[in-house]
Amino acid sequence: MNPESLLPTEEQYLFCIRCGQCVTECPTFRVTLKETQSPRARVMLVRKFLEGELSPSPNFVDQIYSCLDCLACNAVCPVGIKPADLALQMRAYLHKTQPQPWIKPLVFRVYFTHPRLIELSMLPFVLYQRLGLQRLLHSLKANNLLPAQLRDLERLLPNPLPLRPLRASLPELIPARGERKRRVGFFLGCFQNTIFAQGSAASIKVLAENGCEIFMPRNVRCCGMPHLGYGELDTFLELARHNIALFEREDLEAIVTDCATCGSTLKEYGHYFKDNPKWSKKAEKFSRKVRDVSEFLLETGFRRPARKLPLKVTYHDPCHLRRAQGMWKQPRQILEASVEEFVEMEGADTCCGSAGTQILTHYETSMAILERKIKQVEASGASVLATGCPGCQLQLGLGAKKRGLKVQVFHPVELLDLAYSYSSDDSQEERC
Amino acid sequence: MLAPQIIRELKKIVGEKNVLTSPEDLIAYSYDATFLEHRPDAVVLPGSTEEVSEVMKVAYREGLPVIPRGMGSGLAGGSIPFSGGVVLALTRMNRILEIDEENMTAWVEAGIITAEFQAEVEKRGLFYPPDPSSHKYSTIGGNVACNAGGPRCLKYGVTGDYVLGMKVVLADGRILKTGGKVIKNVTGYNLSHLFIGTEGTLGVITEVLLKLISKPRYVSTAFAVFPNLEDAGRAVHRILLAGITPASIELMDQTTIGTVEEYLHLGLPTWAEAILILEADGNQEEAVLREIEAIARICRENGAVEVKVARDEAERNSLWKARRSVSPSLARRAPNKLGEDITVPRSRIPEAVRRIREISQKYGLPVVVFGHAGDGNLHPNILFDKRRPEDMEKVEKIAGEIFKMAVEMGGVLSGEHGVGILKQPYLEMAVGPVAVEIMKAIKQALDPKGILNPGKVVPLGVSWRGE
Ligand SMILES: Cc1cc2nc3c(=O)[nH]c(=O)nc-3n(C[C@H](O)[C@H](O)[C@H](O)COP(=O)(O)OP(=O)(O)OC[C@H]3O[C@@H](n4cnc5c(N)ncnc54)[C@H](O)[C@@H]3O)c2cc1C
Ligand code: SF4
Ligand code: SF4
Repeated sequence: MNPESLLPTEEQYLFCIRCGQCVTECPTFRVTLKETQSPRARVMLVRKFLEGELSPSPNFVDQIYSCLDCLACNAVCPVGIKPADLALQMRAYLHKTQPQPWIKPLVFRVYFTHPRLIELSMLPFVLYQRLGLQRLLHSLKANNLLPAQLRDLERLLPNPLPLRPLRASLPELIPARGERKRRVGFFLGCFQNTIFAQGSAASIKVLAENGCEIFMPRNVRCCGMPHLGYGELDTFLELARHNIALFEREDLEAIVTDCATCGSTLKEYGHYFKDNPKWSKKAEKFSRKVRDVSEFLLETGFRRPARKLPLKVTYHDPCHLRRAQGMWKQPRQILEASVEEFVEMEGADTCCGSAGTQILTHYETSMAILERKIKQVEASGASVLATGCPGCQLQLGLGAKKRGLKVQVFHPVELLDLAYSYSSDDSQEERC
Repeated sequence: MLAPQIIRELKKIVGEKNVLTSPEDLIAYSYDATFLEHRPDAVVLPGSTEEVSEVMKVAYREGLPVIPRGMGSGLAGGSIPFSGGVVLALTRMNRILEIDEENMTAWVEAGIITAEFQAEVEKRGLFYPPDPSSHKYSTIGGNVACNAGGPRCLKYGVTGDYVLGMKVVLADGRILKTGGKVIKNVTGYNLSHLFIGTEGTLGVITEVLLKLISKPRYVSTAFAVFPNLEDAGRAVHRILLAGITPASIELMDQTTIGTVEEYLHLGLPTWAEAILILEADGNQEEAVLREIEAIARICRENGAVEVKVARDEAERNSLWKARRSVSPSLARRAPNKLGEDITVPRSRIPEAVRRIREISQKYGLPVVVFGHAGDGNLHPNILFDKRRPEDMEKVEKIAGEIFKMAVEMGGVLSGEHGVGILKQPYLEMAVGPVAVEIMKAIKQALDPKGILNPGKVVPLGVSWRGE
């Protein structure tokens, strides 16, 4: 593919009136308070690059990669400029034309395309936690010797990590509970397979509870979002083709996922193949079937639990759910059905600063954005924080730990699952 | 290029991270909301009045141009560094220092986003009325420097009406504190007001003391369609004559209606010569409702063929939608626009709109007119394509003719955006030679080396064409 064809067109930036409306919406601007870290500047930088006034210097590349792809700018621009898209397109171009660090192909072409490798890589962490090494290290205060970033990375992982990946512990075909009303596919994300296995296990239970027979293919691969984010377009397309083919064979009403990021990426497959005569129809058909689990439950009508959990819960909107997929009512409706008190926090829809790997690449900004967010969580007075994206879940969990906040983070559907069992425990008690 | 030694000195004052010199940073601070641009030599982001003062001392010693900047949402090219030098961006100075509920005042740092300050005082039942449409992406400092106004000005006044005092850093680095927490103050010259509307040419405003009022609890909105422009003008006059002061009266002319309709398909009456959006507010619900009914009746009696009154918040929003969509729909019609900002005596609005239309036809470039009919502030927007040289020539001629027309009618060049660099060549025509002499004398007294925002407002030999 000719890399030039990846570049944004004049049409995409020419009409920016530089009004600044997007600037104050941008999380990277809000914590750095520097115009350079704003969508308006990113549009301008791309433009100046295309007009030949800027070279792809390390600083230029860094500005393009510092965007969190949270889409807040796309959503507010009155003219319809999409600064976030411009940044992503630039990354694809830079990836093709600039020398890349040796580790990048290893990470994106090998690691993220092989679920087995991802699972194996979790093993040392699982051992580390289970064998008491973590406690030992902590009691020796040895972890304080690590620089802040490493320490935070270590704290990022939830404890305990699941012992087994989810795809190994569930069959490929999971029957409906009671009468079978529908047949759906389940797209298991990399995070949920390993770190948040408990979350997806809950989603699957809830789907089964609501009469779904679930097809969960074992050899599903990464949705490709990390690859898109880092400009690895070719690997992204390869993963997409693999995943499409995997679900194509089955007769499915919908393809459900409980990862906001996977969901938004899968829904875009159609778009990425639109000029490919062989794949466009299949990809389009696949994307049309994709549903976030909250979206699916609301669309098909889910059973309300008989009793609500006695908790005060607030909710963080994942950018890839609210803005990329336009889902904001659905998760709240699930929560309202599942818990006694739902409170809206201020700035629920602002990015948490995770954006996949910003903690690795832009640590300070990522942590500053997180700090703002956690203060808002704290101000809400909730004891539980719900959110529908594993990236956000990790980041927010870390934020709570750092601030010493006793707030647990759950997926909304996990709370629905808990409410189901809470209701049935209760009815058993009533019976005896 | 700045000497490395000066960069080092600046870094020592504000910290390593807060002096920016990479080409990416310089580009990011090279524009505002106009179509103009020019790169500075460096960008400095100070964190306090004292730091601003130290920066100014260095600049004064070196004769280095300093261009104060808020959010860069200005529409007059005011914060663009045409003569190079240092852009002094105040965005880091964004704290509320005090909200005094009893005296209904607030001290804020100049770099705070206006809407964020408003939200904070509204949580306490207080109200800061000035509402430039850019309130979510402009700063209090920028608002004071431009004396910004918005739709609510008709009833509540402009930014300057709420300034009780401020801290300003002068060209040589001295810190001036003006005014105080009192409503009445004749202790010497009114130095606070000296800096309002000076667009960064006399000093860097670092802190502002603002007057607050109590928040009106009820709002009601009406939308009136006039087949005839003159009728809309008469309706405005009759409403005010009846002793009603709406919070806002906004006007859209026929070209504007057409442009918005083409973009959004809201079902607007493209045959109408004018649409008015009128809003009443207050603390008594009944009084507000009575006012909006009277407003609606007067509109009907004066030729409006259709009047809608919003029944709830959702309807209110949908009535405002047409007005709020003007800017984006303009951007969809042409890649560039020059948003002008003349104000004429209210009674001559219809005449002004007709004459602007004639000018537009004469040059063959579309000019869309909308604005604040209540206070005579019109925004003729000339649509063009910067890439076509013939367009650029026409734009200047059209702007010139519009300014001349406004002045002939007893009006002014700007109601809220300021003079900046775009309107500076017309300043003398508008205010007369004596006024320009006095402005120059004040500038000379406060900024003898001419380092503060050179070339803006007062004509001193710098222009956006780089002469
Ligand atoms: C879509 C849109 C709608 C707008 N609507 C309105 C409107 O309804 N009413 C209105 O009045 N304006 C409006 N504006 C214009 C603009 O937003 C205002 O002029 C605003 O006050 C500028 O504030 P800023 O912080 O962005 O200042 P900037 O653009 O950064 O600067 C503007 C001028 O003020 C000076 N300045 C800024 N901060 C300071 C300081 N602390 N000390 C000294 N000088 C300083 C600068 O040097 C410059 O000359 C609009 C702009 C846009 C893009
Ligand atoms: S991208 Fe859109 S919102 Fe941002 S400055 Fe440009 S026109 Fe305004
Ligand atoms: S996507 Fe988010 S981080 Fe990126 S420019 Fe837009 S608002 Fe900023």
